[in-house]
Amino acid sequence: MTANARLREAAADTPDVQRCEDFLVHEAALLDEGRFDEWLALFTDDAFYWVPSEPNQASPHDTVSLIYDDRRLLETRVRRLASPRIYSQEPPSRTSRMIGNMRIVEAQPDGGRLVRSKFVLVEYRREQQRLFAGTCFHKLVPLAGALRIKMKRVNLVNCDAPLDGLVVPF
Amino acid sequence: MQPQSADELAKLVQPGRVHRRLYTDPAIFDLEMERIFGGPAWVYLGHESQIKQAGDYFATRLGRKPVVMVRDVDGAVRVIHNQCAHRGALVVATEKGNTPEFICCYHGWTYHLNGRLKAVPLNHGYPSEFDPDDPKVGMLQVPRVASYRGFVFASEAKSGPSLEEWLGHMTTSFDDLIDRAPEGEIEVAGGVFKHAFDANWKVYFENLCDAAHPLFVHRSSIDAAQQQSDEVYSDGSGEIAIRQMRQNGAPYSFWETQVGIWTYPNGHSYLGDYHDDAKLVAAMQDPVFRDYIAALEKKKGREEARRILEVRRWNSNVYPNVSFMSQFQQLRVVYPITVNRTVVHTYNFGSRARRSRCSATPSASPTRSTALARWCSPTIWKSTIVLTWGCRARGPSGCRSAAATAATSRILRAGGAARIRPAKSISATCTTPGSS
Repeated sequence: MTANARLREAAADTPDVQRCEDFLVHEAALLDEGRFDEWLALFTDDAFYWVPSEPNQASPHDTVSLIYDDRRLLETRVRRLASPRIYSQEPPSRTSRMIGNMRIVEAQPDGGRLVRSKFVLVEYRREQQRLFAGTCFHKLVPLAGALRIKMKRVNLVNCDAPLDGLVVPF
Repeated sequence: MQPQSADELAKLVQPGRVHRRLYTDPAIFDLEMERIFGGPAWVYLGHESQIKQAGDYFATRLGRKPVVMVRDVDGAVRVIHNQCAHRGALVVATEKGNTPEFICCYHGWTYHLNGRLKAVPLNHGYPSEFDPDDPKVGMLQVPRVASYRGFVFASEAKSGPSLEEWLGHMTTSFDDLIDRAPEGEIEVAGGVFKHAFDANWKVYFENLCDAAHPLFVHRSSIDAAQQQSDEVYSDGSGEIAIRQMRQNGAPYSFWETQVGIWTYPNGHSYLGDYHDDAKLVAAMQDPVFRDYIAALEKKKGREEARRILEVRRWNSNVYPNVSFMSQFQQLRVVYPITVNRTVVHTYNFGSRARRSRCSATPSASPTRSTALARWCSPTIWKSTIVLTWGCRARGPSGCRSAAATAATSRILRAGGAARIRPAKSISATCTTPGSS
């Protein structure tokens, strides 16, 4: 392979704004459509999914989080969502998410991108509608020609409020 | 609705069942706030480590009333009503902080840390009867405040049982919580986890000593955890959470014969031997946990350390509003909001030794820092999982331990006076939602 071809290939695998945005919109659709197994498949094998309990929380290790899943716990969480005995999803929630204001904030040495976006999420269940909003950080890495999530952090604007049960992932 | 007569209230609790009105009637809720949370009960407010320095304050609630727990200049812990003596405005608007004095945002009335009035702008403009030195003109102190080994309680009743009398045997659960720290001192650490649900506060409290529910209601997380491969990557947080969920799947025979429910006078209770440290945190394979045990043995001696670690109480439930679990160093405060709305705040404790280990290793290897994190705050994972994964409350149904409700009924009938009879042990009482 020539040097130019290698450069072209590297460029093709480098996530640009459009590719990252397409990815986030796809992820939101999977969650809204309840395709949680496919959502899980977006994560790398060593991924983390984190929803802090404090604004500007520095670490998941010395302060409690609303959700802090390593890959093993994320798998358990997603498997539970498919359980016929998940009474907190009887009937299931319906959700609708808007993703916007996306920016690549950092290009990382492994070819990954740290991406910042805003979201608004409406959740409806049993005659009650809830509104969530916040900022997402995704660390996206190219893997075998596709983007995968190495880390997802969700900063809820009301992260330190007393929240009713959180079952459907953000 | 008119106030209930003692006879009417007495009928709500019968052998083997309690009436659903105790969970749904706003008039009963009003009585509870007046006669229990505003009466002789000692209500848990916070831990002294939340207000270490003079001027440190923590704004919270005593029943429905906003109060401030504050460290006075003389080192004493005061609890004052968070209300300006002038027009009733809320004085302290932030949950915690440090201040030399309290200033009302409305007209600038200023108070000492003990709630006594310090200064009033334009004070020549008030009626001649106005006496700023009158102790009744201030942010009023709650009549009784007491601490058991750092755990601060308050009571609106001027007289009644002392805190230790009120706690009775439950002091041994607090001892268990504290004795596990090698240095013999614990402090609030790791933030606060808040959650809310649409159900009566007693439903939550009774659920904490209900050994009949986990296998059934937690089935979805039990199945998901039992099917989970341990080969998948975990930094430790997932591992302990999954162990916890799997343990909820123990068969009924285990819950019946090994766990057990202990109930005590005044509505207190605890759930017995749920599972040991080895099941929770793979203690024997965990180097950090082994270091912890070594530190405990060094400080307290091998025999005493073993005695401490063999105390296995799951939830210790101190009526009416606090529950804790010493293996996880976790404590939950229950706030009744309305008859059908409850908020729970979950705190974690660490010992000073643990904290210094944490902060001393900011650049530890991922494995090491994970293990340290587990040691520093093992409870964090538990609270995240149980509360985040828990079901929404679905109203009272089925069999439950109704110690909290029985205690509520007794105090209501006593008219809020400090005439609280020792309770008979009530281990499993059926609610009868359909009866009236």
